[in-house]
Amino acid sequence: MNVLYFASLREALGRSGEDMILPAGVATMGALRDHLATRGGAWIALTQTKNLRCAINQRMVGFDAAVGDDDEVAFFPPVTGG
Amino acid sequence: MSVTVQQADFDAGAEISALGGDGVGAVASFVGLVRGAGIAAMTLEHYPGMTESALAEIVAQARGRWNLLGVRVIHRVGRLLPGSRIVFVGVASGHRHDAFAACEFIMDYLKTQAPFWKYEETPTGGRWVDARAADDAALNRWRES
Repeated sequence: MNVLYFASLREALGRSGEDMILPAGVATMGALRDHLATRGGAWIALTQTKNLRCAINQRMVGFDAAVGDDDEVAFFPPVTGG
Repeated sequence: MSVTVQQADFDAGAEISALGGDGVGAVASFVGLVRGAGIAAMTLEHYPGMTESALAEIVAQARGRWNLLGVRVIHRVGRLLPGSRIVFVGVASGHRHDAFAACEFIMDYLKTQAPFWKYEETPTGGRWVDARAADDAALNRWRES
């Protein structure tokens, strides 16, 4: 799967994305977020970013949304365009 | 009905003129600018692909609520100086109410649903702009009505 990070989260993690295999036992966006946060160091930004948002295949979803290994997923802070 | 995400500036007058046509009795438009107060520049980041589909979805929702004859949305990305145009929303309809309401609806949804992020350069360093609770409140107004 492809995981993307944007804006302040991208900056905190020092990367804009990565290819990874969906870890065993991870079924939702919330579980994926928590799994990534266990990497420690800068990755705690995933659980500390206020009102973190996420998307699956370029649609905004909740953290209870089911995720699969073929998905493009993204994590980002609340949007501020316009 | 068209949506464009681009680095280049746009000509709001030309966009408004292009929204005229058969049956159009009203065109409402909004132009957002980079506020100059205390900042040297603002950079707009976005999620290519999702941005365009999110804007198209917002326009489709507006068309479902009001009788619209034309909609044009342009959002710029990249580094912009104070006073620069950021966003254009133009809506054409038979009568003014539909155009006014849909224009405001599209901006309120864009502010909270389209994946853009603002980064400001200030004399003391850079900072990501925080989302405003007032923008969420503006969105909820449409959900209640």
